[in-house]
Amino acid sequence: MSAGSSSVSAAAARGTAPVLSAVDVRVQFAGRGRRRAAATAVDGVNLDIAPGEILALVGESGCGKTTLARTMLGLERPTSGQVRFSGQPLSYRSGALRGYRRSVQLVLQDPTGSLNPRHTVYEAVAEGVRIHKLDNEEARVADALARCGLRPPERFFLRYPHELSGGQRQRVVIAGALVLEPIVLVADEPVASLDASVRGEILSLLLRLRDELGLAALVVTHDLGLAWNIADRLAVMYLGRIVEVGTPEQVFADPRHPYTRALMSVLPESPIEPIVLTGEPPDATRIPSGCRFHPRCPELASGAAAAAGVAEQCTGVPLPVLPAAGPKQGQVSCHLAQANLAADTADARLA
Amino acid sequence: MTLLDLRDLSVTYATEGGPIPAVRGVNLSLEPGQTMGLAGESGCGKSTIAISILRLLPPSAEVTGQILFNGDDVLTMNWGRLRAVRWAGASIVFQGALHSLNPVRKIGGQIAEPILLHETGVSKEAASRRVAELLSQVGLPAAKADSYPHELSGGQKQRVMIAMALACGPNLIIADEPTTALDVMIQAQVLNLIAGLVRDRGIGMIMISHDLSVLATTCQRLAVMYAGRIVEEGPAHEVFTDARHPYAEALAWAFPIIGDTRTRMSPRGLPGDPPDPAAVPSGCSFHPRCAVVRPECSSRQMELWPAGDGRLAACVRVLPGSEGESAVRSVKEESRQP
Repeated sequence: MSAGSSSVSAAAARGTAPVLSAVDVRVQFAGRGRRRAAATAVDGVNLDIAPGEILALVGESGCGKTTLARTMLGLERPTSGQVRFSGQPLSYRSGALRGYRRSVQLVLQDPTGSLNPRHTVYEAVAEGVRIHKLDNEEARVADALARCGLRPPERFFLRYPHELSGGQRQRVVIAGALVLEPIVLVADEPVASLDASVRGEILSLLLRLRDELGLAALVVTHDLGLAWNIADRLAVMYLGRIVEVGTPEQVFADPRHPYTRALMSVLPESPIEPIVLTGEPPDATRIPSGCRFHPRCPELASGAAAAAGVAEQCTGVPLPVLPAAGPKQGQVSCHLAQANLAADTADARLA
Repeated sequence: MTLLDLRDLSVTYATEGGPIPAVRGVNLSLEPGQTMGLAGESGCGKSTIAISILRLLPPSAEVTGQILFNGDDVLTMNWGRLRAVRWAGASIVFQGALHSLNPVRKIGGQIAEPILLHETGVSKEAASRRVAELLSQVGLPAAKADSYPHELSGGQKQRVMIAMALACGPNLIIADEPTTALDVMIQAQVLNLIAGLVRDRGIGMIMISHDLSVLATTCQRLAVMYAGRIVEEGPAHEVFTDARHPYAEALAWAFPIIGDTRTRMSPRGLPGDPPDPAAVPSGCSFHPRCAVVRPECSSRQMELWPAGDGRLAACVRVLPGSEGESAVRSVKEESRQP
């Protein structure tokens, strides 16, 4: 435990200035064919990741979470807004991007798909070392494999991906990211294609890497259990915007956005009565007016929003983009939640 | 009469590297209208059981034991009878709807196909009326019959698969990982739909998944498989919340209950890899990965012993005179030891 806590405090000593942030990032994709509307995959996102922080970005397919992750990696250029790394705006010249990608590494969902079947484990992990022309190749590869729990590393050097189990393959993928000594890991559904029994092992590996190396991580997932298991902070995304942010304790104990509440309610063993939203997530080429969630919002449908006097705002008044939140600060983007909050403070003042 | 009764079912695949036992002596029975969850990790034999029920195994598979469907042995019945059982008696919702639908045929035609093949004297018009009914039952507009699979979302395709499985009014549905590739909200929609249909029509169901929390909410009973055998069986909720077999316990812990502070910042997993089916460990096949292993586990023959009301578990810890300490350790604590 001692080694872990000392490196975390070292990270804290560097200050809580965000290591990676998105500043009002917007990403649009041009429509295909004539008269096809452009799709706004990310529609104004502010996000700060502190050193050593694990942030889970949660949302359903098509909500823009993967596009946001790709933009944070510099794989996608924002249409407007900025990605900042250690306070500096990201430069998209290829030399600058190469240096950036050494510091911010990607871990993909499907380890079978992201490993070349004809490369040995050694070659897979050493590839990054060769690209970045680093010294001590073998020692670096061995160290990365050992950190990822593949011990002794020499025994795995000459193995091919098909000789490994799913969990071991994902460890190789993580070792390939780790070998460049990154500061941030961006993981897109790191355990979605793994067996239940392996899941916990990989998640605890991510936690251990954070403790030992002070590695920050942005974990993109639709698995709320994952956020509960490892995340310091949780951001819920809906149709290109972050609609609620907070620590998992805050968000799960008291989900304030109706969308978050619905997501929570359909989990097995949830104490809340299930609210199953009908329909599919709306299309990023036609973002609804007002609050973008209003066509599916159970609070608006049940009349709760009308009772609080915000129904017209829900359908007509757009919500502002949430500013980047601090580590412990909870935020929500909802007219009803804001009205309730205002009513609560008014009550408190009267009392 | 029991709807489905598997008696000492074993399936061995013949491969170039020698025989591989995928299922090793499974007994399982299902009453009409009952729902059973079958859980386990990849390679434990759960999907082999699913396809063996309809005799869909490849020729390289050698099957022994009995599969009684309404009292008839599926393994020995003639082709005519087997054809009647497939779709009309029992049907499968396969894993990965995205790959199970024909991409170049409209979905209406694909749903109508089993109806036209299995029911004599049904006109095309009557079949397309049935298709419209089935689509509305699974919550899709009837106009979707004219769509191609690529025009539907993942959740909609999974609904089409369910409509297809219901087309001939079966008594048994086998759902193999029906929600694995879907989002939480779509998963909830599909599970609600399946649970409602099963309840309203009194259909029996076997649902296969590696996610115990999903099975615990949709099924009445739960069976957990490891290395080709059932290691625990019982009422679903009890198995999920209070498993007796260390492997079942580890699976149940893998998907945390949100709000349970014991799992916050402390994911729990199961060290080690599943055994090679060609070389299953002696004694209890789980003993090399078991956190509470005892000396006798590597040699003693395990069987499903009674473990409480309506429950069975293949672990020596459920035998009288054994104390049951918790088998699941927190991986994080362990990894932090010097």
